[in-house]
Amino acid sequence: MAEDREPPALLDASHAGSTDPEDGEDLFVSAVSKMEASPTSPAEPIIISSSNGPEPEPEEIFLDEDPDDLFAEATEEVSLDSPERQPILSDGPSPAITPVTPTVTLDPRVSEAFARSPDQDEDEEENRDAFDVQISVSDPEKVGDGMNAYMVYKVSTKTSLSIFSRDQVSVKRRFSDFLGLHSKLASKYMHIGYIVPPAPEKSIVGMTKVKVGKEDTSSAEFVEKRRSALERYLMRTVKHPVLLKDPDVLQFLESSELPRAVSTQALSGAGILRMVNKAADAVNKMTIKMNESDAWFEEKQQQFENLDVQLRKLHASVESLVCHRKELSVNTVSFAKSSAMLGNSEDHTALSRALSQLAEVEEKIDTLHQDQACNDFFMFSELLGDYVRLITAVKGVFDQRMKTWGKWQEAEMMLQRKREAEAKLQYANKPDKLQQAKDEIKEWEGKVQQGERDFEQISKIIRREVGRFETE
Amino acid sequence: MEGSSAESALSVSADSIRITDLTQDGDVLTFAITSQKLNSSAGVCVFRAYEDFEWLQQSLFSQENVPGLQGIIFPPLPPKALPLQSNMQTKALKQLGFLALGQDWQGYCKALEFYLQQVATHPTLCKCKALDSFLINSESPGKQRGRKGIFNRLSQAVEEMRKESHKDVDNFFQNERNKNTNIAALSKVATEKLIDVVMTEQKLALACGHFSTSLHLCVNQDDAAAVAFSKVCLKLSDIIEAVKQNFEKVASNNLTTLGLGLDLESRYQEAEKEMLFRRTCKLIELETVKKSTEKAKANKREVMEEFQKAVEKEFSLISSVAKEEIERFHSSRVNVLKNVLIGWCEQQLNTAKECAELYSQHLEACRNMYSE
Repeated sequence: MAEDREPPALLDASHAGSTDPEDGEDLFVSAVSKMEASPTSPAEPIIISSSNGPEPEPEEIFLDEDPDDLFAEATEEVSLDSPERQPILSDGPSPAITPVTPTVTLDPRVSEAFARSPDQDEDEEENRDAFDVQISVSDPEKVGDGMNAYMVYKVSTKTSLSIFSRDQVSVKRRFSDFLGLHSKLASKYMHIGYIVPPAPEKSIVGMTKVKVGKEDTSSAEFVEKRRSALERYLMRTVKHPVLLKDPDVLQFLESSELPRAVSTQALSGAGILRMVNKAADAVNKMTIKMNESDAWFEEKQQQFENLDVQLRKLHASVESLVCHRKELSVNTVSFAKSSAMLGNSEDHTALSRALSQLAEVEEKIDTLHQDQACNDFFMFSELLGDYVRLITAVKGVFDQRMKTWGKWQEAEMMLQRKREAEAKLQYANKPDKLQQAKDEIKEWEGKVQQGERDFEQISKIIRREVGRFETE
Repeated sequence: MEGSSAESALSVSADSIRITDLTQDGDVLTFAITSQKLNSSAGVCVFRAYEDFEWLQQSLFSQENVPGLQGIIFPPLPPKALPLQSNMQTKALKQLGFLALGQDWQGYCKALEFYLQQVATHPTLCKCKALDSFLINSESPGKQRGRKGIFNRLSQAVEEMRKESHKDVDNFFQNERNKNTNIAALSKVATEKLIDVVMTEQKLALACGHFSTSLHLCVNQDDAAAVAFSKVCLKLSDIIEAVKQNFEKVASNNLTTLGLGLDLESRYQEAEKEMLFRRTCKLIELETVKKSTEKAKANKREVMEEFQKAVEKEFSLISSVAKEEIERFHSSRVNVLKNVLIGWCEQQLNTAKECAELYSQHLEACRNMYSE
């Protein structure tokens, strides 16, 4: 993802993903239309981060997006009265850092940020281009015992990015912390269309085994599996340029103490709430019939469906492969043992030796098979499983889009009704009610517009996200 | 006839006996047995069903006028084969052990062939007329149920258990019995484990096949990225195909060499056990007779003593034959196992070499694919 900075004219062509030039334009066109918009939710993280106080990072974030703003304006040759707070752009359109002399008046915060030398800009960009965040999850330790035990993992971050306060950080986290992070990110980003990487799943059986303290291979395997899954999850999360800057993520990676995320327990109230929500979503999905106006989305959805099906099949095959291999290694071991026993009880020395050697060979075969099984497992199976889950997340995002559309349509309907009511009132000549009706109409109009905007925004973001997803 | 001439009464050469073909007609399996005549270069081919083999075995058991017949370790006949149906797999496995696993009955034919060769090369058994007629007569011996000699597997009564643990008068035999019990159990276990291994290998081959086909299904040509992905998938699919074939070969190698060998070993151990058991029964009989002779009243004494002498004679005959048999058995057994192990090593080594080559070719191709 280290894209070279290129002159603005080539902006659209330089996009490595599948976003078409027209998308780029969409980006900027709707940027225009968002001019008067009050800060929509994507802007919230910026607000939050700026309120985080002492850290200088948030302002650097502005730095990133604003050159894009001005930049966009330059391309489109649209004169803007005030800069809008753009939703945080991914580094898809590679921000060329030519310090563009602002032809617009900047709102104070931005101007202050922009007052910083362009050099800093470039630094930031340089770091971003390099993108060397190394996260490793290691040293699983068991803390406590009995049913209250849990595994604590050490999360070490090595980076040269400046949004992190230190170069190397190491913190201790437990599994529910990861889940908490994911749920926070999901609630913030999912409904506006960002694809949030899914967290590894909770496994009650596995954890119970570990808790109970069995020192057998299956619990060790489980811990190893989980550890690598957590590592991959974190790497994916930070690869996403938007999520990387999220304060929750930063806090997760850096602060030594994290408030315990209690709502992640499987059987808690929150868990049940989640399940109810999921059921409600499923029902909604069936009732909202969206007329898809955009062929791109339709095609993409179809593609993702297909991909999902294929990946699931592949995943199943690989799982069975790994399972059989393990079985084979078990059987080989027992054959080796019985062969050794035969060799021992054999009188004839040569035969006895031969049989014992047979036993040894079989044992070697067994170790080979085990290694291969592990490799297969970690390379193929986990990867495929991750992708399957990612695709579910993608589908979730598409569903969000549908929901937004639904809301938009609802708002339009309401508006319609209100207008009718107003017309009726006009007939009946009731001035006071008329005013009220007019107010309501205004309100609903606003909502309609908002809905529309939301929808378009989510569509735009999804396109970008999908493009990014595909390049990965 | 039996016993008189030192020459084998067999008119075909023992080494040339082969089972060349197998046809399946519904439930009935028919084997084509070819052998080479001793005195001429003509070959003989006959068709036999399993019942004919059983008839042969029965005839061998119930030969008369063969001294010490009970001391002979009879080559074990593989159990009857049920026609292959998938839902009977486990049942077939229980019955036939290894022989049920191979494709198209190869293993089974080999085992039967070995059986015939063993009978034909046995110094005493080859003289049995039944063998000759079995191998030469064009019409099958028919479904004659031979007399059930006492050699058939007796029912497992508690009595038998007791008899089995009866202490032997001869150290040699006692040792032999102990060893035999030990090795019989162990080789049975080893055979079962090997069956497990082979079955798992076959399952793995199947799973590889599934994986490979589902990779094929991932192919689509929508855009550049998909094309690259498809190429990768196809390559991977080929590789997994190779893995699958490797597993199949390994499994079949295991089967044809080690499997057959171990199976033979365990069946022969059983046969030896039966022989030793027969001898032990005779011993017990002898001892009972001795006791009753001692207790007998004077008038019956002579009769008893005559009887006792006869039994003693039988017993010593059996014992001597048994001794020879045991020695012969051991040496040939070691030989057979040695050959089996050598064959196994060679075949697996060859398969592994071929596979290694195939894999390195694939590896090269993969590397080239990415450097393009």
